[in-house]
Amino acid sequence: MSEFRVLNTRAARLDAPAKATGRAKYADDLAMPGMLYGAILQSPLAHAKILNIDTSKARKFPGIRAVVTAKEAGLVKYGVSPARYDETLYAHEKVRYVGDEIAAVAAVDPATAQEALDLIKVDYEELPAVFDMFEAMKEGAPQIHDEFPGNMNAEVHQEFGDTEAALAACDLVVHHTFLNKRQDAAFIEPHACVAVFDLDGKLTLHTSTQVPHYVMRTVAMVLQIPVGNVRVVKPYVGGGFGPKCEATPLEMSAALLARHTGKPVKITYSREQVFLHSRARHQFYAEMSLGVKQDGTMVALKNKAILDGGAYTSFGIATVYYSGSLLGGPYKLKAMKYDGQRVYTNKPACGAQRGHGGVAHRAAFEQLLDMAAEKLGFDPVEMRLRNIMTRGDMTINELDMSSLGMKECVEAVRDVSSWETKKGKLPKGKGIGMACGFFVSGAGYPIYRSDTYHSTVVIKLSEDGGIATVLTGSAEIGQGSDTTMAMIAAETLGIPLENVRVVSGDTDLAVDLGAYSSRQTLMTGHATKEAAEQLRGQIAAVLAETMGCDPSSITFRDGVVLFDGGPGNFEKLRSLYIKEHRGWTDPPGGEYLTFREAARLAYLKLGSMVGTGKYKPPRLGGSYKGAAVGTSPAYGCSAQVVEVTVDLETGQITVDRMTDAHDCGLAINKTQVEGQMHGSLSMGLGECLFEEVKFDSRGRVLNPSLGEYRIPTALDMPNVDTILVESNEPNGPYGAKEVGEGAIMPTIPAILNAVYDATGVRITELPCSSERLYMAMKAQEKK
Amino acid sequence: MKRIITLTVNGEPVEGAVEPNRTLLSFLREDLGLTGAKHGCGLGDCGACTVILDGKPVNSCLVLAVQADGREVLTIEGLADNGKLHPIQEAFIETGAIQCGFCSPGMILSAKALLDESPKPTETEIRTAISGNLCRCTGYQKIVEAILAAAGTAQGKEVS
Ligand code: FES
Ligand code: FES
Repeated sequence: MSEFRVLNTRAARLDAPAKATGRAKYADDLAMPGMLYGAILQSPLAHAKILNIDTSKARKFPGIRAVVTAKEAGLVKYGVSPARYDETLYAHEKVRYVGDEIAAVAAVDPATAQEALDLIKVDYEELPAVFDMFEAMKEGAPQIHDEFPGNMNAEVHQEFGDTEAALAACDLVVHHTFLNKRQDAAFIEPHACVAVFDLDGKLTLHTSTQVPHYVMRTVAMVLQIPVGNVRVVKPYVGGGFGPKCEATPLEMSAALLARHTGKPVKITYSREQVFLHSRARHQFYAEMSLGVKQDGTMVALKNKAILDGGAYTSFGIATVYYSGSLLGGPYKLKAMKYDGQRVYTNKPACGAQRGHGGVAHRAAFEQLLDMAAEKLGFDPVEMRLRNIMTRGDMTINELDMSSLGMKECVEAVRDVSSWETKKGKLPKGKGIGMACGFFVSGAGYPIYRSDTYHSTVVIKLSEDGGIATVLTGSAEIGQGSDTTMAMIAAETLGIPLENVRVVSGDTDLAVDLGAYSSRQTLMTGHATKEAAEQLRGQIAAVLAETMGCDPSSITFRDGVVLFDGGPGNFEKLRSLYIKEHRGWTDPPGGEYLTFREAARLAYLKLGSMVGTGKYKPPRLGGSYKGAAVGTSPAYGCSAQVVEVTVDLETGQITVDRMTDAHDCGLAINKTQVEGQMHGSLSMGLGECLFEEVKFDSRGRVLNPSLGEYRIPTALDMPNVDTILVESNEPNGPYGAKEVGEGAIMPTIPAILNAVYDATGVRITELPCSSERLYMAMKAQEKK
Repeated sequence: MKRIITLTVNGEPVEGAVEPNRTLLSFLREDLGLTGAKHGCGLGDCGACTVILDGKPVNSCLVLAVQADGREVLTIEGLADNGKLHPIQEAFIETGAIQCGFCSPGMILSAKALLDESPKPTETEIRTAISGNLCRCTGYQKIVEAILAAAGTAQGKEVS
């Protein structure tokens, strides 16, 4: 039996009742007295000089309260990484993609705001544009940013060991190229926010974001408000998956318009604007060579990446580093070389999305591994197990696998899927494939250079001792972090989960870098645990003093106090409590002193009962350039087996079965961990089989709707056999680590390896649609 | 020119004055403050705005408010009975079928419409019935389990 009372269970989410009844408020559900509605004017051209902006007609339009352009907003440059601030809130000299923001208006209702946009007259001089990343790198291609000649946004060159020499000494070198397509995050809630200034000049921004902390800093910087005067409050968020990880023009426009009008201003993106804002998955081109020995030992990897970044940097610097660093594991290598380039094009900017930077390159690599295994005559599972890292291994690029149940994951999916009875034994048209992957459990460093804590947490006890409230800046975006923190607090305090409440996502409460890089369970979890321990210690100290015992003899469990592990002789304490509560309707009873009694007595002594916790990772990683990207206090890992049926006449693929094992250290909440795994697989399946944001010849998104851009429906997803591997991470709170992103890593290559098994065709470009597979099968026949 | 409409929403008679181009979704959300129906696309693609109109699930972003005149609308706010959650709501909470929750009101109402028609659906029937309700978070598995559980035909298939 587990030693835990609350953790490692299937507790229902704290927020589920509010969400099941429609009570949960999301940003677009908020309304305030006198609220105005904002709208944003976006460029219809992909690349053009702005000659003149005339807003006079719009300003005079009835119902319009403010019109703002770069003139009002100023030209403060911002972005995600301070190394590449390349955006201004509104375009001034030129626009760089269809959707680039030019102006914003506030009006008494949304229809008036939209009408006023049409009255803003912008004179453009159209410039030649470039939409393809390979074209953008050529001599003479249109230049998108003067500061970045050749449209080269970022370049990375890393080498560990002597790759050429190592490859030359290998028995076999296999090569593969791979191209994915731009994916949209397609969260169901479009971005929305309401901005309001109080009379002291303090801005409150209620916004659909993953990162209240970074939004606070960016909005303060761009609008030149002291950071302390910006409060970002996150209501419930309808999914993020990465693109809600940075401050948006929507948030900054709402704030600016609120400042200009003195009224609350709400802006909501249309679904089309979500596609135009993008910041979602990049398009990656991967070129890879893997050298192996005859006995199946992997030796050296050469990896080249080109990323289509779109018009701005967004998270792109981290992305281009991740495409290299996340291949350092989970297999042992003696040498690895990585060359990555991120290129500007006249399209919406790409950013971070679930499995940040790692997904496409993982897909290429895990196929390459299968190709090597086939040539050497090894079973793909056997080939992986031969090279697998285990707990305590260090990757060649100095990522520390402090816990790693990779081998256990591989063995679990092999056994549960009955791999051995299927691999190589299925009829043509049926296939089975597998793949692995891993991901950080929280980025080792903040986005801006700082010694800041990554999380601080405050836990307060109510004066009656009955309720603990966790105050955190962390962002519940659907992944379940509020419930996770409540469970950690309840376990640590020794009280039932229903006695814990969580207030989160508010920058006035605490510091938290937010929901990205799968960091909150580990980092906010540590801070929560520390805060609860401190509070527990305070109560124990008061009890010990009254009882004249050693505080270490006191423990809390299931809402009662144990002295030396038993009920103890606590009569004195109970009499004190009853005396204090004379005439109260709810006298305590039972053979144990309750936590509530103990906490009330502590309150009489201490007044405020507050515990505080904080966390930042230790210094991590090597000393080479870019060593920070990929570092983490821990790594989660996943293995998957996928079974498919391919219609050999049409190329139609049906995913029949998926088996997924993920090592999450300790599953704080098993149901939520499974939910993250299922969601990851579904996003991976969509990217693999049909998702693709398409553009026309002038850079306009061709399919900016959830009808034309298809994501998996209930009919596309099979049931997943879901296996939790719990390795007990030494650097995680109670041994816990990530699940939100590691689980997407193997999905695409596992499907493609299964398709190969079914058809004998290697797919080198996504999506693996029936058309593409059909054409590839035809081409193969001709050979 | 606004038109006066009278309809029943969650069992209560409601009157409103609406422009002919107002959608039922915007009438519910903005005029009645029933924000449980969500705006995910406005085009009939996502199902987040699903409500039940005269017993049938509809995308309320595609229905005009004037079309609801004289009819009966059930939104997620009206599903619980005097504070007692509907078994489908209970099942969604218990099974972990809710993550971000943005699809949940629509998903639950589509499930309700299905179970009203067909109290013991097969898994395929369930998947078909909710195929117009997109969910990006859950991969649908726990949603399907929740609906099966609510229908009293749970056949859990988890390994852990
Ligand atoms: S909002 Fe109605 S279907 Fe998406
Ligand atoms: S729970 Fe987030 S979209 Fe379904």
